[in-house]
Amino acid sequence: MSRPTRRQVLHGSAAALAGAVLAAPVAFPGTAAARPVDGHRDSAGAGRTAGHEMPDPFDEIYEGRHIEGWPADDEGSHDGGRRGPGGGGEHRAGPAGPHEGMDFVVRIDNDDLHVMRNADGTWVSLVNHYETFGTPRALARAAVRELKGADLVPVVTG
Amino acid sequence: MAVRKNQADLTATEKRNFVDAVLELKRSGRYDEFISTHNAFIIGDTDDGERTGHRSPSFLPWHRRFLLQFERALQSITPSVTLPYWDWTVDRSPRSSLWADDFLGGDGRSGDGRVTSGPFAFSGGKWPMNVRVDGRTFLRRSLGTGVRELPTRAEVDRVLAMSVYDAAPWNSSSDSFRNHLEGWRGPNLHNRVHVWVGGQMTTGASPNDPVFWLHHCFIDKLWADWQALHPSSGYLPTGDTPDVIDLHDTMKPWNDVTPADLLDHSAFYTYA
Repeated sequence: MSRPTRRQVLHGSAAALAGAVLAAPVAFPGTAAARPVDGHRDSAGAGRTAGHEMPDPFDEIYEGRHIEGWPADDEGSHDGGRRGPGGGGEHRAGPAGPHEGMDFVVRIDNDDLHVMRNADGTWVSLVNHYETFGTPRALARAAVRELKGADLVPVVTG
Repeated sequence: MAVRKNQADLTATEKRNFVDAVLELKRSGRYDEFISTHNAFIIGDTDDGERTGHRSPSFLPWHRRFLLQFERALQSITPSVTLPYWDWTVDRSPRSSLWADDFLGGDGRSGDGRVTSGPFAFSGGKWPMNVRVDGRTFLRRSLGTGVRELPTRAEVDRVLAMSVYDAAPWNSSSDSFRNHLEGWRGPNLHNRVHVWVGGQMTTGASPNDPVFWLHHCFIDKLWADWQALHPSSGYLPTGDTPDVIDLHDTMKPWNDVTPADLLDHSAFYTYA
């Protein structure tokens, strides 16, 4: 695939978002550049959301779209190679990988959907950011309904 | 002194001047910078990490500064323009004049949700989705489908009655005025309006829909209303709080403005 996948863009978000500067130089929160070492998370990546069970991986066809998800901490593990055309190797690009700051990876037809876990254990995505979902699977299905067949794209500017 | 008015009270000329200035910002590329900035903070603001624009005490001052910057950009085109606010407790129907063809245009059509009327319709060619999270290049709305009802005045009043600005753990789980206004807890005010509008308003790139500014202008007014109701309640936290913006901390992306600098909106504008 020649076009960048969503995960590549998330990985490059600090650079990509440099075009977003409105005033002074910016270090964006939550990006690799702004937070090379995440001292706020425990080894389970849960931080203050610890105590909530990490949801199980899923992989299904929903309304004709391939949705899958897995805990981000599984990245580069034994079964990483099953994921996507690029294999598992590129999931870890260093101490702050492409999904740095993410607890769970969700993909729709092999494109990454940025997701975030809330303090109460619920989830939001970039597509449905102002409503919460009980599980990443429910979030992914909602995104499929919202997309109505459209592809996720890396956030494009210009 | 700039006066921000209820959108329902704007004259035809005021509506036209606002829309024309927004379209000019879009044409020049400056509008899309605001979308990119918002989306970057949506992605970066996390409950257990650094957070500035959302799910944190500085949700209100951050957006106040963000709106001021947008308003100044509009005024660089037409000096008389100010941001209107949308009181969604009153104008709560898809038939409101807010959604008329001479202002923000109407609901999306069935099927793909495309807005087909007004100045921001795709067919007009002046409102491309350059900063987007999916492949669709047209403005979308789905008024009242993601959630049926907008918040009511009684729900707003319930939140305005809360006397503590914010509270530990200073995120989306806080039991506080700020978090109930943002909508992660309680009757769900701010967040619900994004969902009610639908389309791009549900995404991190929500400023793609110009109603974003009118919605947040009302949120900003509600903060001012809350301050008037609780003169002895101040911004919290005031110091040494990890990951969040204390009263005198500067906020990204500007790095030269603190919540304390923004507490008194009347230094910048008033609400009619």
